[in-house]
Amino acid sequence: MTARSVTPHITRWPALRVYEHHVLVYRRTWRGSLFTSFLNPVLFLAAMGLGLGSLVDANNPTGVGGTAYLTFLAPGLLAATAMQTAAFESTYPIMAGLRWMKTYDAMVTTPITSRGVVLGQVLWVTTRIFLVTSVFSLVMIAFGAVSVPGALIALPFAVATGLAFAAPLQAFAATQRNDTRFTAIFRFGITPLFIFSGTFFPISQLPDLIEPMAWLTPLFHGVGLTRGAALGTLQPLLAVVHLGVLGLFIGLGVALSFVTFRRKLIA
Amino acid sequence: MLAVTSQTTPLIHASALLKRFGDFTAVDGIDFDVAPGEAFGFLGPNGAGKTSTMRMIGAVSPRTGGELRVLGMDPDDDGPAIRARLGVVPQSDTLDMELTVQENLWIYARYFDLPYSVARTRTAELLEFVQLNDRAKDEVEPLSGGMKRRLTIARGLINEPDLMLLDEPTTGLDPQARHLLWDRLYRLKQRGVTLVLTTHYMDEAEQLCDRLVVMDKARIVAHGSPRQLIDQYATREVLELRFPVGVQETLDGKLDGIAERVEHLPDRLLLYTSDGDAAASAVHGRGLQPESVLVRRSTLEDVFLRLTGRRLIE
Repeated sequence: MTARSVTPHITRWPALRVYEHHVLVYRRTWRGSLFTSFLNPVLFLAAMGLGLGSLVDANNPTGVGGTAYLTFLAPGLLAATAMQTAAFESTYPIMAGLRWMKTYDAMVTTPITSRGVVLGQVLWVTTRIFLVTSVFSLVMIAFGAVSVPGALIALPFAVATGLAFAAPLQAFAATQRNDTRFTAIFRFGITPLFIFSGTFFPISQLPDLIEPMAWLTPLFHGVGLTRGAALGTLQPLLAVVHLGVLGLFIGLGVALSFVTFRRKLIA
Repeated sequence: MLAVTSQTTPLIHASALLKRFGDFTAVDGIDFDVAPGEAFGFLGPNGAGKTSTMRMIGAVSPRTGGELRVLGMDPDDDGPAIRARLGVVPQSDTLDMELTVQENLWIYARYFDLPYSVARTRTAELLEFVQLNDRAKDEVEPLSGGMKRRLTIARGLINEPDLMLLDEPTTGLDPQARHLLWDRLYRLKQRGVTLVLTTHYMDEAEQLCDRLVVMDKARIVAHGSPRQLIDQYATREVLELRFPVGVQETLDGKLDGIAERVEHLPDRLLLYTSDGDAAASAVHGRGLQPESVLVRRSTLEDVFLRLTGRRLIE
């Protein structure tokens, strides 16, 4: 029946085959998503950084956090963008793979394991965050909001920030029967974090009671890393704490994903 | 209980196979063997435990108890190695709507670690086999139900499986699409591919299966070839009588002695007899005037009715 025979065997790198699937699907949609990736930072940096920023700077001779508003805002937006990309990529596509189209169910009828599905998804979401934040970094540089070395150091921190959201969210998404709670996550989780985790203003401006709560959110630590890297003010000890928190969210999220994906796929 | 007569070791061996979901028992200690090259069927209504059994065989559902060997291996220990040699057609299509017809096959080939060159060659051949070669570059979404089913079957064949698992392969398809699918499955069987399928269609089981088990409420209630089951649990012919509304309830005792057995369905009576025409004459001879009279051969539907007192599709 076929030209060449291949001895059946256990797939060596299941996560890479799953990754290949995501790349194949992305090949059909990348143009549109790339355009959005450009448009978003251009609009935000123009409106908030330049527009609002000129008002802010006029009233703050010493700057916000010791710098012009645009340079304060841009690296924070970078981390927040990583979060938003990660949150989207780790909710609706998971629902599609596990419930709507069951493409993940199709994968595990082959030698692909549920663990391979999880790791392939993590690899893919890493790629997506990297692409979006890279485009964002280029726009930042074009706006003169960050130096090239600063942007290069901030980029991996932004990717880590995104993963700290992606891993726990995909674990959660795998437990859901439909997407109703995703809306709540965006409305009551992602959006408030976007506004209150130090992206637009230093959290020292928050009421004293609320300020410590910001410390519990991954975005606060992500913004601390990207802004510190971009402005060259990152303190090593604080950086380790920030990274530790992000690492904890990623590690726990992946471990939980192994459980929730398996429970859904292998039952 | 279902010993394979040939000398070969069975491709699938199950004994006292058990599957529970919490308090619910989906498969309640069933035994069966499937020999290489045969077409084996699980026949039963929805909820009988067919899909749970198929998923255990497919190494995507750990058993709760009992013994199960697939291709000589234990699915609990060697899931990926078993799945590498299986072709699976799940009950609901799991095609990727974001990819084209041929991309669906390419990527599935990659899950089996097949090189691109092999993936492409096999895709072209299989699309020809299921008569979808002219749709290779099309989106999956607009394909008809029958075409999607054929694509799913092609996908299941991409790794040249030793064993094909088909969970209700023709459910929801129109008669023409079903016959085309049956023809493709029959050709696979001719090539020596072992087929295991579930169905709640009697005609499908009769068309495709060398041997089958009848499942009801998580248990196997009968087993054998379609012919054996009909011989054992039904008569050669069935006389179907339909009376005007309200008459059927007044017939108590009036049909005694005409047939070996009478089944009362809500809308008609089934008289099991070796000679349907003779029974029909006898009915008329007693002065009864049914609205319609039909003599037909027994089918597995009659077997199921006899075994469970219920019809297959309510």
